Amino acid sequence: MTSMAGVVVVGGGQAAFSVVSTLRASGYAAPVTVFAAEPHLPYQRPPLSKKAHTEPEGLRVELVPESFYRERNIDLRLGDDVVALDTAAATVVTRTGARVPYAHLVLATGARNRPLPVPGAELDGVHALRSLDDALTIGRALTTARDVVVVGGGFIGLELARVALARGARVTVVELADRLLSRAVSRELELPLRERHEHAGVRVLTGTGVRALEGPGRVDRVVTDREVLAADLVVYGIGAIPRDDLAREAGLAVDDGVVVDEQLRSVTDPRISAVGDCARHPHPHAEGLVRLESVQNAIDQGTLVGRRIAGSPASYESLPWFWSDQGDLRLQIAGLRSPADEVRLVPGDSPERLAGYAFRDGLLVAVETLNWPAEHLAARRLLERRTPVLAGDLAGTTLGALARARRAAEVRA
Amino acid sequence: MPTVIFQLPDGTERKVTAASGTALMQAAVSNGVPGIVAECGGNASCATCHVYVDAAQSGLAGPPNDVEDEMLDFTAAERRPTSRLSCQIHLSDALDGLVVHVPEEQV
Repeated sequence: MTSMAGVVVVGGGQAAFSVVSTLRASGYAAPVTVFAAEPHLPYQRPPLSKKAHTEPEGLRVELVPESFYRERNIDLRLGDDVVALDTAAATVVTRTGARVPYAHLVLATGARNRPLPVPGAELDGVHALRSLDDALTIGRALTTARDVVVVGGGFIGLELARVALARGARVTVVELADRLLSRAVSRELELPLRERHEHAGVRVLTGTGVRALEGPGRVDRVVTDREVLAADLVVYGIGAIPRDDLAREAGLAVDDGVVVDEQLRSVTDPRISAVGDCARHPHPHAEGLVRLESVQNAIDQGTLVGRRIAGSPASYESLPWFWSDQGDLRLQIAGLRSPADEVRLVPGDSPERLAGYAFRDGLLVAVETLNWPAEHLAARRLLERRTPVLAGDLAGTTLGALARARRAAEVRA
Repeated sequence: MPTVIFQLPDGTERKVTAASGTALMQAAVSNGVPGIVAECGGNASCATCHVYVDAAQSGLAGPPNDVEDEMLDFTAAERRPTSRLSCQIHLSDALDGLVVHVPEEQV
């Protein structure tokens, strides 16, 4: 045992796991301590909204077994939390009052749900989804729910809507914006996506605000701008707020997330890094700083910081990608699209497949696909290698065909 | 319960035993086998659980399904005739003793 200060990680999600597993895999030998507020071993979040409700008892979401941490001498403090940072003394203060010194501190605190700001949000039968426990609670509620109202037409809302539909409920999605997925996908792709949800049986109300949730202790109706909806279960997903309070209170630069440089170090204190949903950072695929909420971002940022602390620094430039399983719809996005980009919708080789290619100044910058994972992967390979793809290159062909042709040409060369 | 062997790029091997029906990817992840990233959690969405079935056993695990077959063209490490996505291989007694090779890169 050594008494030297090592790495302290605040947070117990995918990004935190990525940091500590990378540290040990890279030969880092000093102490590594993880403060995970939840009582569970670090787990995967993507399945929570996609399948936790259909198989709540058989759910296996932990990233690795407990032995993984023990064998690598990673001090995993489950159910413990850091409540303050003393950056002058390079020490964290835990809920129990313990002070733990660090040589490097990594904030992997994630995000919390944006609360539903309407009367009645505290009624029984109203749930948000972020944690494993939330997923199990919603899964149980779906056993009896008949009328489900989903507030928010983003990834989580639409995933939950289709899970509820599959469980036999009547489902209405209420979205304040004039369309679904307004932040995530182009208007071009949103139209066919919405049609498919409606065809499957989901009622979609866009441009509709929720005014109140009502019921005698337990929710039984949702009052919207337009009509009153019967509801015995309300789930909401209206965005997330980064957990950057610790950083703010410690005097670090914060702007909807902990502001970090291209190596993910706090711009205020280079001994502190932030990774995953709580980090706001520069990115070569974006103008200005971005904060990304995705499993890819959590994994890749954790890996980068783990390697840097272990002695191999690099700038963060992973291609962002996202996916969402909404019933029989698999939506995947590669790259970062801006609202001004021109999107060309292209049908796939079978009716359920569709791709949207986003061009900026004639150059491909992002690709959205429905039910077409190979086209998504082709996009990732081309975009991450910064291989220029012009709008004209995609006339009458797919990105997959283009990528295969270019790969074949490379092999011949 | 079938046992499978993961041959790692560094030349070491990891033996894993898991219940029939378990996806090979899940068996790897649950046992901390390095190099099986499985970013998507096993939905054939990301191709980061790519493995090479040992050449001597290529018939044992069968061919990739259609979607998997398309995706295998875009794995990070080169595609070989024995390439599979380990989330699409489900363990059974018939696969007891299966040997798979973990590629150098997944992402």
